Amino acid sequence: MKEFDVLIIGGGPAGLAAAISAYDNGAKSVCIMERDNRLGGILNQCIHNGFGLTRFKESLAGPEYADRFVKQVETRNITVMLDTTVLSLSGEKTVTAISPDRGYFEVKAKAVVLAMGCRERSRGALNIAGARCAGIYSAGTAQKYVNVKGFMPGKRIVILGSGDIGLIMARRMTLEGAKVVAVCEIMPYSSGLRRNIVQCLDDFGIPLYLEHTITKIEGKDRVTGVVVSKVDENRRPIAGTELHFDCDTVLFSVGLIPENELTKNAEIPLAKNTRGAIVYQNRETLCSGVFACGNVLQVHDLVDFVSEESELAGRCAAEYAIKGISAKGGVNVVNGKNVTYVLPQKLDLDLQSNGLIKLYFRVSGAFRNCVIALSCGDKVIVQKQKKIAVPGEMETLVIPKDKLSLIDGDLTLTLEA
Amino acid sequence: MYDIVVVGGGVIGGMILRELTRYRLNVCLVEKENDVCMGQSKANSGIVHAGFDAQVGTLKAKFNVLGNRMMPKVAKELGVKYVNNGSLVVAFSDEEVKTLEQLKQRGEQNGVEGLEIIDRQKLAQIEPNISGKAVGALLAKSGGIICPYELTIAAIGNAMDNGAHLETNFEVVKIEGEYPEYLLFAADGRQITAKAVVNCAGINSQKIANLVGDEYFTVGGRRGEYMLLDRESGDLVNHTLFFTPTKLGKGILVSKTVDGNVILGPTAEDVDFNDTSTTSQGLNSVAEKAKAMCDNVPFYNVITSFSGVRAYCDRHDFIIEQSPQKRGFFHVAGIESPGLTSAPAIAEYVVNELIGGLFELKPNQNFNPNREPDYFFKNLTAEEKNKLIKSNPAYGKIVCRCEQITEGEIIRALTVNPKATDVDGVKRRTRAGMGRCQGGFCQPYVAEIIAKELGVCLCDVTKSGGESKLLTGESK
Repeated sequence: MKEFDVLIIGGGPAGLAAAISAYDNGAKSVCIMERDNRLGGILNQCIHNGFGLTRFKESLAGPEYADRFVKQVETRNITVMLDTTVLSLSGEKTVTAISPDRGYFEVKAKAVVLAMGCRERSRGALNIAGARCAGIYSAGTAQKYVNVKGFMPGKRIVILGSGDIGLIMARRMTLEGAKVVAVCEIMPYSSGLRRNIVQCLDDFGIPLYLEHTITKIEGKDRVTGVVVSKVDENRRPIAGTELHFDCDTVLFSVGLIPENELTKNAEIPLAKNTRGAIVYQNRETLCSGVFACGNVLQVHDLVDFVSEESELAGRCAAEYAIKGISAKGGVNVVNGKNVTYVLPQKLDLDLQSNGLIKLYFRVSGAFRNCVIALSCGDKVIVQKQKKIAVPGEMETLVIPKDKLSLIDGDLTLTLEA
Repeated sequence: MYDIVVVGGGVIGGMILRELTRYRLNVCLVEKENDVCMGQSKANSGIVHAGFDAQVGTLKAKFNVLGNRMMPKVAKELGVKYVNNGSLVVAFSDEEVKTLEQLKQRGEQNGVEGLEIIDRQKLAQIEPNISGKAVGALLAKSGGIICPYELTIAAIGNAMDNGAHLETNFEVVKIEGEYPEYLLFAADGRQITAKAVVNCAGINSQKIANLVGDEYFTVGGRRGEYMLLDRESGDLVNHTLFFTPTKLGKGILVSKTVDGNVILGPTAEDVDFNDTSTTSQGLNSVAEKAKAMCDNVPFYNVITSFSGVRAYCDRHDFIIEQSPQKRGFFHVAGIESPGLTSAPAIAEYVVNELIGGLFELKPNQNFNPNREPDYFFKNLTAEEKNKLIKSNPAYGKIVCRCEQITEGEIIRALTVNPKATDVDGVKRRTRAGMGRCQGGFCQPYVAEIIAKELGVCLCDVTKSGGESKLLTGESK
């Protein structure tokens, strides 16, 4: 059986950055397994720009951003297996995979990096009533048809959900000559980036209906219209508020779910709030030597942060493979008041790590002039002021090195409005 | 000219067609949709009923019990999954326990074996998630589950492998002539002649009967809505759980499916036409009843909801007979629940007793009762997988990652009987798109494979025939 120092599952932005970093940090044999016929993952269909503003200080299209990493992979001695789907992973870090060239095969790795990304929540998961005809797509599927296959999924569109993919697709469909008649959002705020609301909806005069949801899809062979209702504070439709829109297409942009089937089958514990693995600050899961990064771990807003997190995971995977450095024990980091999740969920304070510990988290509502605090019992370890915090934008908090010695138990992260 | 034409490609028409090919008869099935199994046979609970529900002495009782016994063998021959998981009628009061006694008695009179009334303790033992309010249950060991569209497609495919013809998009709008020469006209002008006709048109069986002047029965539509849970929640229940029937109705069922999902439903609502849309009231009602049956129903794991319109008949029993005034015209109509379970037994009866009264049934020496399953790759051993990938690399490419379906299986579904021609057809045959992402990832790939195999443009690929094209044109 072939053995690698570091095996990376997924060749999207997370896998690419992890592979480069693992290699550069001394892993002698690194392999990426990618189920598609090319590297780059979802970036290949994201032809809009805005990628890389943080990392490269320039605005790149998705494929351009991916290409910078693919080129770096190509200049290193990294094994890339395309058209290769990983079917299972064992706690002993044996991976079973399948591909047309190699058949059904197993490889072993000293360290594994999970970088499978996420999938879109489907219409079926929402129990939206009505027809199940042609013209109902998740926003990402529509994006694939338009940007990769070169075909239009419809001409007159209603979009449910104002996440970033929904907003991007509202603009994309408009530029392609389709009419986007409404974007509906069940919450009182958009979960997308502010810049996307402005650039994708406002600039094109596309109406955003906050606190509205689709309550019925009409059509027989093809969608002919939707009924949209206002919702109350419990997100339940209010009778008598129905609006009707004629349309031939409904796009759903209603959330992303980390794709953790392999993780679950390997019995690696997941966090309920992120639906990703529970990890230490080095992105090691509770299965020693298995690391996770990118959207399979937590759904990021910006690919720049995916790259950053994946470089950390790749480096730590190499350190595990070469030096056996592994996280264990430690304290828990718990999300407290007004915080929906915090990651990493565990800190091993004895772990040899040459980086700062940075916490990633999301807040549960829209807040102004708030205080974010990390405390250990009665002690406040770190705190910072925020002018605006919204669920659509991931927040971070760095724990300075000199504060680490104050930690003697589990930590709680809270937001006071 | 055909000897016999079967109208309707559901489970009844399909099983009859297959049964006919055991004999040296020239047979054809006509179906009004783009694919077979597009009506009630594709959207029902998939239960192989034990047979205690039907009134003693009815055709329902007779064919249910017979069909239940035949199903394991039929499923095996056709390469269709069947699981004998047993069913439970759950009682929530002492009053309902009394009803269970009656059901047990009725079942025994119908010839059902293995019926047993169990107490709360045993019930909770075999169904850990059962509601705390349940007091006991009737256990029917012979109850089972099957996938209704897998069975229907396999039956028709097997019949075609044995020489039967299939005409899809053939909506019968006019019937002329009489035995031994009936002339059937399709909406698009096609014509078929046959010596005899079997009407298995499901919800449309009254319409077909009316075309030959038979107006002595009424068939209506009743909509049933369902929810389906992710395989991850597949261990919510072990048996098929029914509510005890009361004056207020039968309630819903909660059951595992043969593919490891959990199905909740159906509601029962009379509808005027074949409206298979779901409603928020219907889905809410399914959820409420499921909560009454089981604790901890993981609604966060719903992957889809759907509905089917099932036929019901004013006779409240199956109609399986020759037209009173048209020799050689047979009605197999009003096949409501337990129609799926009864299908193999009905088919045998129709062919032996009804068709056999008109035609000499000479055995077809070449009849092969067996059919390979439509998807199978993930169940093969590592060695078998490698052998297959070597001979055809398309089996090494996973297209539907949720259900682990390969490109090889998808291409196969487009080339074996009855050939899929649209995305839903591929889905029903291979399960590509039936998993937790509901085709969000694989649909563009499946559509491309269809376009390539059919030699059409991607923009002409449909979801399910007709005007259901996936795409509206090229992008700029």
